[in-house]
Amino acid sequence: MRQWRFEVFNRSGFSDVHGKSVSEDIRELGISSVEAVQSAKVFLIEADFDDGFAQRLGKELLTDPVCEEYYVGRSGAPAGLAKATLIEVHLKSGVTDPVAESVMAAVADMGVKADNVRTARKYVLLGEITQSQTDTIAKKILANDCIEDCVIGNEAEPPSPHLKPYELQIVHWPIRDLDDDGLIALSKEKDLFLNLVEMQTIQKYYQQLATEPTDVELEAIAQTWSEHCVHKTLKSSVDMSIDGEQVHFDNLLKDTVFKATKQLNKKWCISVFVDNSGVVEFDADSAICFKVETHNHPSALDPYGGSATGIGGVIRDPMATGMGARPIANTDIFCFGEPDKKLQDVPKGVLHPRRIMKGVVAGVRDYGNRMGIPTVNGAIYFDDRYIANPLVYCGNIGLIDKSKCFDNPQAGNLVVVVGGRTGRDGIHGATFSSGQMTHEYETIFSHAVQIGNPITEKKVLDVLLQANQAGLYEAVADCGAGGLSGAVGEMGKELGVEVDLEKVPLKYAGLHYTEIWISEAQERMVVAVKPENLKAITKIFDDENVESTVIGKFTGDKKLTLQYDGREVAKLDMEFWHEGVPKYSRKAVWKTPQLAEPSIAEKDNYNDELLQILSSYNVASKEWVIRQYDHEVQGGSVVKPLTGVNNDGPGDAAVIQPKFNSDRGLAISCGMNPLYGDIDPYWMALAGIDEAIRNLICVGGRVDRIALLDNFCWGDCTKPETLGPLVRAAQACYYGAMAFEAPFISGKDSLNNEFACEDGTQISIPSTLLISAISIVDDINKCVTMDAKKASDLLFIVGETKNELGGSHYYKINGHIGANVPKLDLKTAPEIAKRISAAIAQGLIVSCHDCSEGGLAVGLAEMAFAGGLGIEADLRGLPRSKDCCRVDAQLFSESNSRYIVEVEPENYDAFAKLMLNLPFGQIAKTTEEKTLIIKAEDGKNVIESDLDSLKQAWQKTFSW
Amino acid sequence: MADVKAIVLRAAGINCDMETEYALELAGAKAKRVHINRLIEDKTALDEFQILVLPGGFSYGDDVAAGKILANQIVHHLFEPIQKFIDEGKLVLGICNGFQVLVKTGVLPGDNSTKRQEEVTITYNDSGKFEDRWVHLAPQTKKCIFIKPGRKIYLPVAHAEGKVVTRDTPTLEKLKSEGHVAFKYVDENGKEGNYPINPNGSVDSIAGLTDTTGRVLGLMPHPERFVRPTQHPRWSRLRQKPDSDGMTIFKNAVKYIQENF
Repeated sequence: MRQWRFEVFNRSGFSDVHGKSVSEDIRELGISSVEAVQSAKVFLIEADFDDGFAQRLGKELLTDPVCEEYYVGRSGAPAGLAKATLIEVHLKSGVTDPVAESVMAAVADMGVKADNVRTARKYVLLGEITQSQTDTIAKKILANDCIEDCVIGNEAEPPSPHLKPYELQIVHWPIRDLDDDGLIALSKEKDLFLNLVEMQTIQKYYQQLATEPTDVELEAIAQTWSEHCVHKTLKSSVDMSIDGEQVHFDNLLKDTVFKATKQLNKKWCISVFVDNSGVVEFDADSAICFKVETHNHPSALDPYGGSATGIGGVIRDPMATGMGARPIANTDIFCFGEPDKKLQDVPKGVLHPRRIMKGVVAGVRDYGNRMGIPTVNGAIYFDDRYIANPLVYCGNIGLIDKSKCFDNPQAGNLVVVVGGRTGRDGIHGATFSSGQMTHEYETIFSHAVQIGNPITEKKVLDVLLQANQAGLYEAVADCGAGGLSGAVGEMGKELGVEVDLEKVPLKYAGLHYTEIWISEAQERMVVAVKPENLKAITKIFDDENVESTVIGKFTGDKKLTLQYDGREVAKLDMEFWHEGVPKYSRKAVWKTPQLAEPSIAEKDNYNDELLQILSSYNVASKEWVIRQYDHEVQGGSVVKPLTGVNNDGPGDAAVIQPKFNSDRGLAISCGMNPLYGDIDPYWMALAGIDEAIRNLICVGGRVDRIALLDNFCWGDCTKPETLGPLVRAAQACYYGAMAFEAPFISGKDSLNNEFACEDGTQISIPSTLLISAISIVDDINKCVTMDAKKASDLLFIVGETKNELGGSHYYKINGHIGANVPKLDLKTAPEIAKRISAAIAQGLIVSCHDCSEGGLAVGLAEMAFAGGLGIEADLRGLPRSKDCCRVDAQLFSESNSRYIVEVEPENYDAFAKLMLNLPFGQIAKTTEEKTLIIKAEDGKNVIESDLDSLKQAWQKTFSW
Repeated sequence: MADVKAIVLRAAGINCDMETEYALELAGAKAKRVHINRLIEDKTALDEFQILVLPGGFSYGDDVAAGKILANQIVHHLFEPIQKFIDEGKLVLGICNGFQVLVKTGVLPGDNSTKRQEEVTITYNDSGKFEDRWVHLAPQTKKCIFIKPGRKIYLPVAHAEGKVVTRDTPTLEKLKSEGHVAFKYVDENGKEGNYPINPNGSVDSIAGLTDTTGRVLGLMPHPERFVRPTQHPRWSRLRQKPDSDGMTIFKNAVKYIQENF
């Protein structure tokens, strides 16, 4: 068989967009000697066709007839250019190559069968560069070690794609006679991430059985018992010392977050904390599923692949909730190191934050957009402590029939795997993400990175929705953490299941049975099908070229039985496997830090501070990111993430219309502020809850239908001083949920976000709690946006401004943290939310903006430039606490529960009447002049700036 | 009056089919989403319909180039039925990925005698990235039945590969003189301009093309995303409910079939 090589270049005169962007990245890296970069696509096709067909293939399929030209064979360096360096980037063998799959199908459409297709990228770097510069460019820009190999020069051959077939050898890992050191050594050697108590528990189990475990049994247990899957920390009992006072929790989650849900007992909560996502009622027929996950460790190693599979994975959560939902919106929240970090200051084994950010955004963009799911809400936070542990939160919302919120697998059902094939990608993902990262992880855990193919997932979604509607399956699960082990195991937990591993379709030969069982290869779903429905469901799958395979059946013997070629390779009691994980008791400590307020001299004018905050990474416009996401696909967009007279102001929350024929909407928001956590995570959590809820209220969300999600990202919680802050935050979640009567419906945690540098220093992320929130909008036609609407309207602020600059952006730009963190008033906050919501429902408010990061000054500036209208404000109208007398505190304090609202003069009385007995005041009016003026209580202008300067400051930071 | 029947073509990675079906129904058509495999199995399946819509999405992941794999599939399996469909006086609309497919099959600009499919293409945005933003469109031709001449419309684009390119200037001049240019990107006053007015760098600000018959239209912007007032990005600022500009294209199509079939 012949291997044909095609190289596809841009025709001269047509711009090489990809080459140009690589060129820019090289310059950003500080290498100026590269004059230009030429990029080319390489296709390696193994097939028996003649030169005539090869020319047709090149011309008709592989090349754009206008912009590109092709070359059959190796083109060599461009003539006459001695200073050209050639680099080819190939996927490592076994890594999914979606383009190759498409080309294979397209070649078949042309009537010829290709045996194998691979693709690669080729770069010609023009200019005088050294060997070490070439290596740097290859490693830092062109390729990712985890998934790609670089071939430098023109002669070297790409790695061979052919893998050896697998021969069965059943392996036992003896455990019964090991001493404690031996147990720990075994756990370490096999990357099980199980501690001594867990290993002893397993040892006892096998001692009773009088057998030794097979490798796959131990691997399966390690997956199921991993922090990622079982959340042992949040479910453990905790003895907590709060400033010396002892508090005990039997089960941290049940005694805090979940307790509120239970006590509130809302009848619109359909399924909470049990399924793959939380489910709440939407209307008479439908319900909403919501889940947010993190994909931190994989995104640190491979930002593009890690974030893509993060969103791909969380989309499968609603798809696998109950009998399956249709995904209707994505949310994405990221935390990165600051993008202007010098390359030499980035720890070894860590990618530069700018590269991480660009890769993460691109990964979410490409997966979400290709799935056809609008990405409607998000946020990005920057702090240098995220440099080695970026946080990538991906969320998905689904719409489900109310009658299909629960599944019902039965003994005798067949286990059918649907979608992608199983490969070696993503081995040990669940255990890996439960451990701490070090500078060596890059090489050791490269196999934990998964490669996604959104089109495969979209195809699976299309057919599953049809099969669901036809009622052809009894249960559905997604292969996420733990792969088939997780999906089949969870579904068969009460029943018992038998699986023939050799039946699982593989991407390539050579997989060990354990690898098949635990691989986290993407885009695979498992359905439980009655034998009599198999033919009908298979037809639905076949009709749209989705592969499906029966791999086993549910038995009723409450055991997991794995076979390979008829030989048993694993037998485990379901109960031990799923419930045997020992219960933990942990210690936690919280000592209120001794912090002081800084002394900053008062000034006559705060223009510079305002501009500095507007252009700071956390506050600055994220338009560069937002526009790369399709936020309008599915046609349900009502309040878009960018709003205002030029479609570029910062919307508070998104609103979508899930059903074409109903004016009922869904508002989606988030809240988070890690800076407050440095002072007290308790107040941080409450601020996050209040912020998420404020955002919902601002766009017209109902106050009595708010559902919350928690996502804890923390450091190593075996350390009492790290667990203490988490407990503080969890306690706050209880009080916040109770005060707003807003139950938590789902949550997730990602612990051990720490990094051991080569020199032994440890980088831990700040305590980071993301609160995501949704609520119902009764009538989307009444939604409100944050941009100032017209001149001569009145602006009110509702909610008291207090002397609370602790953790504020104002202190941050001055290099301080401070002590006076914003403290949520649990009594007033829900009342304000209720009244604002009522005022919006009555049509009394024409714009409404959440007053948060950067305080009042930033809030007013954003409303002004988003609306293209001036604002003249007077701080004499500000409802404030007595001690909030300094101008800087009035301008920049980040007190909770504050809303800036625009009211038309004729509605003054009605609005004021509605706000009676709340802290509120008229502080400004909108003007035709394109300036923001804020007068202090003494009547002097402390802010005076034209809107263009404000907006420019806000937009320039990320005008990448 | 007989029903106007529209088919919305599905394929792996197509993802705007549901809202396109909804827009057609709003315009008065009976619409059906059909997977391409069904058409390949039964080449007469197209016969019952009068409007064929190729919706947006990422057919086959846009692998190799946007729309290329689906175009290749159509060329090798469905070219004749589609040609027949057009010859019978029926309508074809390609939106975003569907436009890319129509260009890459050669259906657009559609003068087979000069082998146009080798002279026009759609390629990467100058910005090098996917972007979702709203654009103003000015009609350029009187021959396209989907378009109301003289009426500017406002729609969102959402793509990474939307730059229309011609092989050379004579090709471009011919497209213009023969009325193939359906829409141009303009600003709110109707004037052409640079990015972001022209969001992808298309030559001559071309946003959409029609064929020689005027019954095939392809465009990068998404008319199905503006069929209700609340989809307008600034509806909350407007005193009066804005016209849903996307509907004009679907309504014109339905009206044409009602009057001609």
